[in-house]
Amino acid sequence: MKPPDLADIIAAHSGRKGALLPILHDVQAAFGCVDATAEAAIAEALNLSRAEVHGVVGFYHDFTARADPRPEVQLCRAEACQARGVEALVAAAEAAAGDRVRLRTVYCVGLCSVGPNARVGDTLHARLDEAALVRLVKAQ
Amino acid sequence: MTVVRISDDALALACGADAVVTAFEAAGCTVERVSSWGMHWLEPLVEIAGIGWGPVTPDRVAEVVAGKADDLCIGPVADHPFIKGQQRLTFARAGKTRPLSLADYAATGGWAALTRARSMTPAEVVAEVTASGLRGRGGAGFPAGTKWQTVLGARGSTKYVVCNADEGDSGTFADRMLMEGDPFQLIEGMAIAAHAVGAQQGYIYVRSEYPHAIAKLSAAIDLAAEHITPFAIEVRVGAGAYVCGEETSLLNSLEGKRGEVRAKPPLPALEGLFGCPTVVNNVLTLAAVPHILAKDGAALYARLGIDRSRGTMPIQLAGNIRHGGLYETAFGITLDELVNTIGGGTTSGRPVKAVQVGGPLGAYIHPSQFHLPFDYEAYAEADALIGHGGIVVFDHSADMAALARFAFQFCAAESCGKCTPCRIGSTRGAELIDRIRSGGKAMPDAVEALAQMHNARKSGRSFEEELQLLDDLCETMQFGSLCALGGFTPYPVRSALKHWPEDFR
Repeated sequence: MKPPDLADIIAAHSGRKGALLPILHDVQAAFGCVDATAEAAIAEALNLSRAEVHGVVGFYHDFTARADPRPEVQLCRAEACQARGVEALVAAAEAAAGDRVRLRTVYCVGLCSVGPNARVGDTLHARLDEAALVRLVKAQ
Repeated sequence: MTVVRISDDALALACGADAVVTAFEAAGCTVERVSSWGMHWLEPLVEIAGIGWGPVTPDRVAEVVAGKADDLCIGPVADHPFIKGQQRLTFARAGKTRPLSLADYAATGGWAALTRARSMTPAEVVAEVTASGLRGRGGAGFPAGTKWQTVLGARGSTKYVVCNADEGDSGTFADRMLMEGDPFQLIEGMAIAAHAVGAQQGYIYVRSEYPHAIAKLSAAIDLAAEHITPFAIEVRVGAGAYVCGEETSLLNSLEGKRGEVRAKPPLPALEGLFGCPTVVNNVLTLAAVPHILAKDGAALYARLGIDRSRGTMPIQLAGNIRHGGLYETAFGITLDELVNTIGGGTTSGRPVKAVQVGGPLGAYIHPSQFHLPFDYEAYAEADALIGHGGIVVFDHSADMAALARFAFQFCAAESCGKCTPCRIGSTRGAELIDRIRSGGKAMPDAVEALAQMHNARKSGRSFEEELQLLDDLCETMQFGSLCALGGFTPYPVRSALKHWPEDFR
C-alpha cells in the first residue's frame, strides 16, 4: 500500500455525488485490488462504516480483495457465445492457462454475432476457434 | 487520394479492423473511421465511394485498392438487401458518420430536435413523446411519455435523467453500437428529456464490459457540452453486476451502494436517484427521442408498427446466425423472416433448433412459433418476451436441458441476494435440473435429507414428481421475486421443458 496514492485517488473524487464506485474503480485499477487498508481509508473519507464499504466491494465482480498479478484472459460463456460453440473450447483454454494465466468467465462483451469472444485488458478478440484461443492464452 | 471508410466499432476492432486500416494507409489511402453499418458477418467492412468489401484482411488490401477482390465486393452498401429492408431511425447514421464529428452530426440533422424542443414548453414535449407511442426499449415496454409526465409533475427542484446503459443481456449490442457510433444522438435525447422534466444533471450508467463505449461517450460529452448546457451529463461505470441493469439496482449502484433491488412504490419517477424525481430510460429509448421531437416526428413514429407496439425496434441478430447484426425495423416482423430470410439461418448450416428472444430471461422459442409478430403483447400472450430486442439463434447441437440449467446458474451468480425465491431458488433449481437429467436418482434433495428437516420427504422422487417440483419452484420464483431476475428465470426454464422435453430425459 502506498498511502499517498490512495489519498490522491480519494481526493480526486471529493465533491462527486455517489463517489464510492468511481473511487473503487480507480483503487482497483491502481493496486489490483481493494484491500482492508484501502477499505478503511475510503470509509473514513466518505463517513461510511468499513462494513458498508466492504459490502460494496464484495458485491461487485470487478472488485477483488487481493491482488492477483497473473495475466488475465476473459472468455465469454453467455448464451450467444454458447450458441456459437464456446463450451467446446474451454478445456483446451484451461489447459493452456494452467496456473500461469487467469482464465475468467464473463457473461457478454457485446459481440454476440461473432463469438466465441475473449477480452484481454481493453482489447477484444472475436471469431475465436480452439487454436486461436489457445494461442491468445499462451501469448499472455 | 482514395478515401476509405472503416469502422472503429468494438466489433470491427475485435475482427481486426485496425490492421486493415494500417494496410490501407501504407498503400497511400486516407482512412476515415466511421460507425459500423451493423452487418457483422462482413466486418471488417471497407467502403470506398459507397461500394463495400468485406470481410477484408490485410493481405487482400492491395486487391481492393486495385478495384479487384470481387469475391469480397458487395456492391453499393446502401443497396444491400440487409440495409434496404430496414427502417432505420435510431440507427440512421450507422456506417455513414464519424462518431465524434460534430460537423457530421450537424450535417445529418443533429441538434435540430433539441433546438425545437427548447422552443416548446416541457408539457408540450412530453405530449409529443406520449403521442409517438414510444415504450421503454430496455425490456419493460413502459410508455415513456407517462414516465416523463410523472417526473414533470413531481415535487422537487432537483431532478435527474439517468440513462440505463447496462446492456448485460447476451445477444444484445444495440446500446453498445449506438453509444460508440452515434453518441451525440443519445446526448441530444437526454438533453430533450431534461428539458421536458426539469432536470439539471444526467448520468449514463455504462457496464464496465464496454470500455470503447465508455471512452467514446466521455469524449462526446466533452465535445457536446456547449450544445446541452446548462444540462450536464456524467458517465458512471458499472462493476460487473448484471442485476444493475434493473433500474432500482442501478440507482443504488449510482449512489455507491450494493446493487440491491428496491421495492416499488416509491417509483423512481418520484423518488429515484438520491431520493429525487428521476427519469430512468434505456439508451434506445432516449436515442429515439430526437427523431420524435423533429418536426412531425411523433406522428411518423406512431404510424410505424402494429397494435400498441409503435415505432421501430433495433433488433439484434446474434448467436449461431449467418447474417448477424443490427436490424432496425417497424414492429410486426416475424421471427421466421428475421431468422431465416434476413438472418440466412444458422452459421453452421445445421437446422435452427431454438431461438431465445429477450436475453437470458427470455423464453426459448420453438420453430413452430416463428409466425409470432414482433410485438410486446403478442409475445407476452405466448409466454415470451421481446426484452431489449436481442435474438440468439441455436442450431441442432443445443442441449435445452443444459440451457435451462444455465438459466438457474446465471440467476444464482447474478442475484442481488435480497429475496429468497431468487437467491435460494436459483441454486435449488440448478440442483433440480441435475437430478432430473440424472433420471431422478432415488435420493432425496440434500437439504431434505438433513436430520433437522423433520417433515421433509426422505425418499427420492420420480421423474414426474421432480418435474412437478420444478414447476412449483418456477411458480414461486415468478410470483415471489422482487424483480425480473428471479421473476423471469422461469421463462427460459419452462419454455425449454415445454417444447423440448426429450432433452430432459
